[in-house]
Amino acid sequence: MTPLLEARGLALRNRLEPTDLDCASGELTSVIGANGAGKTSLLRALASIELDQGQIFIDGTPVEDAPPARRMRLLSFLPATRSLIWPISVRDVISLGLPSPDDGRVDELIEELELGPLANRPVNHLSTGERSRVLMARALAARPRLLLLDEPLSNLDPYWVLRTLEILRSETVLTQCAVLASVHDLSQVTAFDRVLLVDDGKIVADGKSTEVLNSSQLARAFRIEKAGQGWKISEKA
Amino acid sequence: MTRSWLLLLALLVVMAALSLATPLDSLIELRKADPALASMLVQELRLPRTLLALGYGAVLGLTGAALQATFANPLASPDITGSSSGAALGAVAGAYWLGITGPLMLAICGAIGAGLALAGLFAVAGRRSETATLLLAGVAIALAAGAGTSLLLALAPSPFAFYDSFEWLMGSFVDRSLPQAAAALIPATIACALLAQQGRALDMMALGDDVAASVGYQPRRLAVEVVALSAIAVGACVSVCGAIAFVGLIAPYAARALTRGHPGRALLPAAAIGAILLLLADLIVRLAPAGRSIPVGVITTAIGTPLFIWIVARMRRTVAS
Repeated sequence: MTPLLEARGLALRNRLEPTDLDCASGELTSVIGANGAGKTSLLRALASIELDQGQIFIDGTPVEDAPPARRMRLLSFLPATRSLIWPISVRDVISLGLPSPDDGRVDELIEELELGPLANRPVNHLSTGERSRVLMARALAARPRLLLLDEPLSNLDPYWVLRTLEILRSETVLTQCAVLASVHDLSQVTAFDRVLLVDDGKIVADGKSTEVLNSSQLARAFRIEKAGQGWKISEKA
Repeated sequence: MTRSWLLLLALLVVMAALSLATPLDSLIELRKADPALASMLVQELRLPRTLLALGYGAVLGLTGAALQATFANPLASPDITGSSSGAALGAVAGAYWLGITGPLMLAICGAIGAGLALAGLFAVAGRRSETATLLLAGVAIALAAGAGTSLLLALAPSPFAFYDSFEWLMGSFVDRSLPQAAAALIPATIACALLAQQGRALDMMALGDDVAASVGYQPRRLAVEVVALSAIAVGACVSVCGAIAFVGLIAPYAARALTRGHPGRALLPAAAIGAILLLLADLIVRLAPAGRSIPVGVITTAIGTPLFIWIVARMRRTVAS
């Protein structure tokens, strides 16, 4: 069976070394790495926002050739920045994620992300955490095959961290899409099926969370080591 | 939205009709005395004036809306970004130093000036800059272009350059000919028609360049297109009617209230509102005592300044909350 995502030779000058990556449908993958290691570069390259070399296929379709309406159904990208300056309503921002208007789908997402009381408020007046949820709803709107999420769990309170993970899990089960999400908090990666460790512009470890969390590559990449239940700064660093 | 559209269009038609008919009593009298002269008066004097006020207003509204969407800043507009001043500098350089008299060639000079000013703004402030950076860079470019215009006029071979150019550059629709109106409005209409196609892409850019790029738009190329087309439209109009402030700032602001904040969908409503505003300002100008003329730019600035201050105060509150 061909994988949902096939990326071949993705490269960005000075930021991402030529990278091959496959993701199976239904797979929930986290991307971890130190600040500036290349997590965002990898996600942006996969979304074909910026790409010096390489090719991306989703369900066998080359992403770059797809027009906007088609591309919305192939992939969506959630940027790490949550700044929104125009006074567009929550409902309308979610709608922007759809290739054609669909009020039913917008209502569904408003309910799922508990945005009901905010639905008609302008997004530029919301808190960062609330905007994160609105942008997550927008990213989910078109039910894309591949969700590329840059720090989707940042700025969220503990309830919403758990709820977001639950929503992502149910999306992968229901629609058999694949999720790639960059994550900062190492305690959150156990919720994912697979972990990619990025260091210095390349994927240096790829496997189940227990394997990657205990790997020597992780200690090297983050300059930390296991200490009881938690972590401490590596003495070698 | 459809209802507000119909209202805007109705208002536009009424304003255009008023602009052609005012003052009505002298027109009726002239029509009784000499119908041929009356229709010539309407065609040769009033029609270009109405067309220019309507067209230039639409250009300011639409380019203002497009620039605001592109710079992700509700204060970007042809005047604030210095492109109107740049266009005036280009037109003055063409008229007084290169000896250009053809209105179409002058329109091209204006477009080049506006384009250079916007390119300068890109270079100094970058695109998605803080409001303060954008405003300061725009003010600096506008001041530099203004000083350049004054210098070119002061040193111009013609000793009357300063006096001549006053009426021309202060923003006025008086005594423009149909060929002049055509030179301004034909390139402007083409540029605006192309700009108007970009609404959907500009709405997507409201979610950030990366989101727009991830669905297949090209934000950087789009920004260059918006800047170039705005420069052509504004430059051509400034070369015939001078720089007119604030319409390009206020019209998009009002239009976004109709499009529930969407910057891209606001393009055409902003054009309609800009046209209505400028037709209104030009009607107010005609209330001046006989024999005196007030430049229309003075009226738009008088109306625009308090609104501008209000917008800035509102922005400050939004940022603070």
